[in-house]
Amino acid sequence: MYVAVKGGERAIDNAHAWLAEERRGDTDVAELSYAQIREQLSLAVNRVMAEGSLYDPDLAALAIKQSRGDLIEAIFLIRAYRTTLPRFGYTLPVETGEMACDRRISATFKDAPGGQVLGPTFDYTHRLLDFKLAADGEVPEAPVADPRMEATPHIAEFLQGEDIIEREPSSDAVPGDLTREPMSFPAGRAVRLQSLARGDEGFILGMAYSTQRGYARNHAFVGELRIGTVPVEIEIPELGFAVEIGEVELTECETVNQFKGSKTVPPQFTRGYGLVFGQSERKSIAMALVDRALRWEELGEDNLGAPAQDEEFVLSHADNIQATGFLEHIKLPHYVDFQSELELVRKLRHEAAELAETLAAREAAE
Amino acid sequence: MSDYNFAYLDEQTKRMIRRAILKGLAVPGYQVPFASREMPMPYGWGTGGVQVSAASLTPDDTLKVIDQGADDTTNAVSIRKFFEKTAGVETTEETEKASIIQTRHRIPEAELTEDQILVYQVPIPEPLRFLEPRETETRKMHALQEYGLMHVKLYEDISQHGAIATAYAYPVKVEGRYVMDPSPIPKFDNPKMEMAAIQLFGAGREQRIYAVPPYTKVVSLDFEDYPFEASKADHACDLCAAKDSYLDEVILDDAGNRMFVCSDTDYCRSRRDAGHTGRLGEEAA
Repeated sequence: MYVAVKGGERAIDNAHAWLAEERRGDTDVAELSYAQIREQLSLAVNRVMAEGSLYDPDLAALAIKQSRGDLIEAIFLIRAYRTTLPRFGYTLPVETGEMACDRRISATFKDAPGGQVLGPTFDYTHRLLDFKLAADGEVPEAPVADPRMEATPHIAEFLQGEDIIEREPSSDAVPGDLTREPMSFPAGRAVRLQSLARGDEGFILGMAYSTQRGYARNHAFVGELRIGTVPVEIEIPELGFAVEIGEVELTECETVNQFKGSKTVPPQFTRGYGLVFGQSERKSIAMALVDRALRWEELGEDNLGAPAQDEEFVLSHADNIQATGFLEHIKLPHYVDFQSELELVRKLRHEAAELAETLAAREAAE
Repeated sequence: MSDYNFAYLDEQTKRMIRRAILKGLAVPGYQVPFASREMPMPYGWGTGGVQVSAASLTPDDTLKVIDQGADDTTNAVSIRKFFEKTAGVETTEETEKASIIQTRHRIPEAELTEDQILVYQVPIPEPLRFLEPRETETRKMHALQEYGLMHVKLYEDISQHGAIATAYAYPVKVEGRYVMDPSPIPKFDNPKMEMAAIQLFGAGREQRIYAVPPYTKVVSLDFEDYPFEASKADHACDLCAAKDSYLDEVILDDAGNRMFVCSDTDYCRSRRDAGHTGRLGEEAA
């Protein structure tokens, strides 16, 4: 007979115990340490830090371990933890021109001051599974050279002299903070870039790709892509000057885009900008393309109705924590709503059947 | 959990949420934007309701949490546990004993009093959203009280189906001004919204809070010749024989047998305790 759906509490506890066991896997296989994840799965760690909006490789590694490698789940853990942290202040803007670069390439010039530095890249590797890695992860030591000590100037600066690329207007305005104010539209470029920086890599990639395939195409050259560390400084009110509190690894991408010019502006190159925590190359390039597409209005371009030009569309759907939560909530019980729909559809079907019967009877009579 | 503040959120955040709640109460039915926080449960699983409850709770409160009208559905259990852990408040399953009730998809059957707050979890706060996906547009429509599109939608329902084909999240007009989404409660519950208790609505992912103060006029949208009708399954509860409560349909076997039971588990229990027995009441007990 009818068994009331009771015992939700015990079911939840048991499910979580099982989950913990599944996470650990076969106990005959050595357990992963979070340090192993941090060191050997560093690109996953970087993605979790970038989309979790929290720069802490240890915590990101722990989150990956706890989430069984589900990176969106790991990002969620980091976001939820981040909410509980007190906010002491804001750092000064980081100076990416002073970045200690591990990698720095430009697609627009054969060579430039600072040079083309490939760095630790997958580019030009042949994507052949390395079966040796399955047996033995030892690697020969990579050759070492002396690091360049002088700063690596931004490529765009070289074009600026001719005014052939747009100048970024400098501003001391305090940028909005999307974690402290509700999003409203138009969001403005600062909030837009914040949203893209923590947005889902797959979503931003798809949006960027759509611009390349003709949905608001704006051919982008990678003017520059650089990966490296920058110092983080914060002003201490009691001291009256800024002190360095640490450093973060960043990936920065600046694109150089075609621009025909408008009624007010002569033809000139324009820019798209991407900046992401850690080594996150794909994400930063994609971000720069989407940033550029979203700038159609300020540049006096046409709205072609492309998804990547639509600020409200892009920003409202870029966050994977919002998206996954809402998507997955449909597995929660909805039986009350379903019941009301069930009754409505039954009623409508009943009425439709009655109507059909009346019509058939009338036809037969005629 | 002593590392966390009372009811999880820090005091500054609660203050920000309380301001939004007060603004919502001052402008009934208006959606107040607020800087929703990331909670330790997913968006879409009640983070708005949880934040509103957290900002409303005091240590002396007694909390009840229901989902689909029931205290023992998994997400209700999870949210109740969250507040037991982070706020240490007393919890109850009895509607009368609760000072704050957080709900998803239902309004309790028992009449609520002036001493109670009903907190709704809201997935999509914008009643015009599926007619116009853009927030920039819908905010304008509310500002100008431009609700023609909604009436056209209801009219089209009638011309196509002979009835308004909305069974839950049925739009209401609050105090003659704002059209409001009552959250996905069945339309059976709509008339109950004119009540003595304070009603607060939290949408975490969409960053909106809205409210209906006590004794506020809440009218379900309709037409003179097609009046609103609060409907439910045409049965009595098979456990407690109630004819006035919203019913869930439960499939009993593969021969098509089913039973109808109160979705409000506390209401059903209290009626059975008072000696009411439905068609299958004996067997189930």
